[in-house]
Amino acid sequence: MASRYDRAITVFSPDGHLFQVEYAQEAVKKGSTAVGIRGTNIVVLGVEKKSVAKLQDERTVRKICALDDHVCMAFAGIVDNFAGLTADARVVINRARVECQSHKLTVEDPVTVEYITRFIATLKQKYTQSNGRRPFGISALIVGFDDDGIPRLYQTDPSGTYHAWKANAIGRSAKTVREFLEKNYTEEAISNDSEAIKLAIKALLEVVQSGGKNIELAIIRRDQPLKMFSAKEIELQVTEIEKEKEEAEKKKSKKST
Amino acid sequence: MALQDVCKWQVPDTQGLSPHLPEAGGWAVPQGCDPQTFLQIYGPRLAHGTTTLAFRFRHGVIAAADTRSSCGSYVACPASRKVIPVHRHLLGTTSGTSADCVTWYRVLQRELRLRELREGQLPSVAGTAKLLSTMMSRYRGLDLCVATALCGWDHSGPALFYVYSDGTCLQGDIFSVGSGSPYAYGVLDRSYHYDMTIQEAYTLARCAVAHATHRDAYSGGSVDLFHVQESGWEYVSRSDAYVLYMELQKAPGLEQEREPERKQEREPEQEQEQEAEVSQVCPGPATPQDAAGGGELFVEPEEVTAEDDRIRVKTEMI
Repeated sequence: MASRYDRAITVFSPDGHLFQVEYAQEAVKKGSTAVGIRGTNIVVLGVEKKSVAKLQDERTVRKICALDDHVCMAFAGIVDNFAGLTADARVVINRARVECQSHKLTVEDPVTVEYITRFIATLKQKYTQSNGRRPFGISALIVGFDDDGIPRLYQTDPSGTYHAWKANAIGRSAKTVREFLEKNYTEEAISNDSEAIKLAIKALLEVVQSGGKNIELAIIRRDQPLKMFSAKEIELQVTEIEKEKEEAEKKKSKKST
Repeated sequence: MALQDVCKWQVPDTQGLSPHLPEAGGWAVPQGCDPQTFLQIYGPRLAHGTTTLAFRFRHGVIAAADTRSSCGSYVACPASRKVIPVHRHLLGTTSGTSADCVTWYRVLQRELRLRELREGQLPSVAGTAKLLSTMMSRYRGLDLCVATALCGWDHSGPALFYVYSDGTCLQGDIFSVGSGSPYAYGVLDRSYHYDMTIQEAYTLARCAVAHATHRDAYSGGSVDLFHVQESGWEYVSRSDAYVLYMELQKAPGLEQEREPERKQEREPEQEQEQEAEVSQVCPGPATPQDAAGGGELFVEPEEVTAEDDRIRVKTEMI
């Protein structure tokens, strides 16, 4: 039955577009927001958690995944109603995890963040140029530390391109979050670990309804494994942020009077 | 082929190996015959027999080898190169079949270069050893004979790995490979310690290979000496083995010369005087106390090597 598989789905349009890839990017824009920040000594990933149905077990909806001890990724793509584009993410994550271990076995060194990003991007590109396959409907933010201790943040998209970023956002309202980051990402904001964490939470609070309950956060510090924040810890951070906001408001009103 | 059909010979299939690697199973052996035994009895006599050694210490990795290529009792080449550079920070000492060694090193060079282009950096010495051993283990049982020590400097500092063609891949501080290796090990184990100075290391390596060439029939010619440091590898010297051995024998009191210094800086050792007669040319103490004190005794080349200077002046560069 070879005939079933020899028709490519992703073909060029007359004016040079790959529509399937562009539609996949539209699918990404419907996913929940994810933000990544590269600090001096820390990398932060924050994701908007969709409110789960009453009967659904919260723990099964995880959007930040460890690829290896020193690398983790968050993805954005359609989650709830459509035919499981989180399933796309699962496939990619699985392949990436296998590749991390395979690399360690053959080369005796852990993967660099750039290597695994390139692998994921190549995988995505293959699916835009194969028979009978559609592109993956996810963008990913990949963060981690290399052996040389330098923090890295990469973003991939359904077409298979990847870029390094200092801070970025993907998913719904990514534009708003990116503008916020462009305004507030300063050297001093990221030099301190806790400041970098607060920046990520602040960026998410711009677009997330009902505050800290709907945020999932993970950090990697240099030479330390991935740490997921519990709901309590996030609440702590959010209250701190609100306090700082109030104090800033008070100072402002004092100045103006 | 008509003859093949008549004799009903079976050519072993190549099992679809990578087109870039040399063909395995190139030998057509008679049916019912194990290739290895067949080749051992009827195969060509391949070049074997050598002394190579390598050890790692604080200031890098030393690789030394003799230069005699023997083919049974015939010396095929008295001045061959047994230490092969792979890239700027990696050398390999080769032992076993010269042809196999050279071929596999060229394959290794190509693979490393490809990886460098793809990944933007060369693999570590550990990764290289892994790569070489997995490449060769596919040809196990086909009489491939490559016993090599990979000496390099990577992000983890000086690194030394021993790779054998059956797939063995070992990490260590001292390796000696070849028919002369027992003699070399004797000398090396006597005087090796991690905190040697560079001159001490050079002398030790030359001494070990020279002693091995003295006793082993398949080793001789000259002694090549290489040093891998952080800045890359360096071809230190090539000295005639016989001349070197005679110089070493004629250098009395190398131990005794260094004793006054040592007595100043450590407790006097009675044994050293006795040992000086037996192994007078071996630099560096072998007792644990001395090894511990090795760090403070950073001997300046001028102090140690009146003997070494003599040796260096008198050896010929071939």
